[in-house]
Amino acid sequence: MRRDIVAVVTGTVVDDEQGIRLAQLCRACGLSVETVRDMVGHGILVPTGGRPGRWRFPADSIRRARLVSRLRRDLEINLAGAALALDLLDRIEALQARVARVEQPTRQKNLFPHRNDHH
Amino acid sequence: MQYTDYYEVLGVDRTATQDEIKKAYRALARKYHPDVSTEPDATEKFKQAGEAFAVLKDPEKRAAYDQLGADWQAGQDFRPPPDWDQGWEFRGGFDSAGFGGVGGGSGGAESVDPSQFSDFFETLFGGGVRGGFGGPQGGFGGAERAYRARGEDAHAKIVIDLEDAYQGATRAITLRSAEYGNDGHVQTRERTLNVRIPKGVRQGQQIRLAGQGGPGIGGSSAGDLYLEVEFNPHHHYRVEGADVYLDLPVAPWEAALGAKITVPTPSGKVGLKIPAGSAQGRKLRLKGKGIPAKKPGDLYVVLQIALPPADGERAKRAYEAMKSELDFNPRAGLGV
Repeated sequence: MRRDIVAVVTGTVVDDEQGIRLAQLCRACGLSVETVRDMVGHGILVPTGGRPGRWRFPADSIRRARLVSRLRRDLEINLAGAALALDLLDRIEALQARVARVEQPTRQKNLFPHRNDHH
Repeated sequence: MQYTDYYEVLGVDRTATQDEIKKAYRALARKYHPDVSTEPDATEKFKQAGEAFAVLKDPEKRAAYDQLGADWQAGQDFRPPPDWDQGWEFRGGFDSAGFGGVGGGSGGAESVDPSQFSDFFETLFGGGVRGGFGGPQGGFGGAERAYRARGEDAHAKIVIDLEDAYQGATRAITLRSAEYGNDGHVQTRERTLNVRIPKGVRQGQQIRLAGQGGPGIGGSSAGDLYLEVEFNPHHHYRVEGADVYLDLPVAPWEAALGAKITVPTPSGKVGLKIPAGSAQGRKLRLKGKGIPAKKPGDLYVVLQIALPPADGERAKRAYEAMKSELDFNPRAGLGV
């Protein structure tokens, strides 16, 4: 096995405000322009800026596009199916965050938090 | 090297039809897909199923594998008989045909990545690269060498602490990639990058490291490496976007009478004024004390009223005093 160590690299955060251009998104995800267009058509990706030449994608689009690509490739589902899976995964994540929010205080809400200290 | 029972992995008989094999694989792929599954060892199980399917779905690979005999046990020490693969031709031992050609972007350890298959697979079918890479028929890769192409972009996850997002930090991340050595076999390459995490990153954001992706072909520039940011769960704080939540225990009199207290934040302690008459669950906002991005998030303090224990004479007397002094019915709303 070969081992390399690279000193320090400084990254740039892919910008939320300016958005990602179509070409950068295609390259980052290894997708063709047609596939990205299809994903926009299915509402998987939601760019701002009217026509493809002006499209700017939110930073989250890289994760979404790659997730959908993996689901399509590995589970042999079409874009509509992958879009549905993505929506459901988002919903599960939101619900889990809510469950965590509700559960955390009750766990802490030991009504007599110091009682055990007196044993 | 250990023998892998591909039939056992897919849970089918050795006599299973191609249809049964496909069905078994699909069921496992759905169950263990790393993006969907909540099973603890999903990634490993998914990889095993992908490898088993890659062999058993291909009539030639399956026949060659079957030829090893049915007497092997999973986990048994295995060495392939000499010339066992004589007369077989495995076209493109590393293609992932059948997974639908969405193409590209297969960097990282997730999903079915043939370069991540076991030594067992590599020993048996790894020779298939002969035909592909630089071989007489060209195959995939062979032709690509002729022209220049920018390296592929790669992807990985980086897990950081909430405090790292407040202060910025340098984190080492080790990436494993497979590449072809001079002898045409796949080699693992390990690379450790010390990545400077910029202050203000949020969960789910991507950090782009220019030129740290796959090597370029024909002297062309390397691809980029994208790191998806994920936070370690924190004992005290919850994070939502750029906002941070803290459940803060307060005494009943602090909530009732108001108080000035000290609150921890990921960027240090701050003073906080609790308004008199605060109810359980009241949210107080500390503006700009969330993750310090360009548009900094807020820190929300959620009050949790903690009751002092009534385990001493004086404490009991204090509760008795409240009982007699206050006309308080907590169940008034229930009509009792």
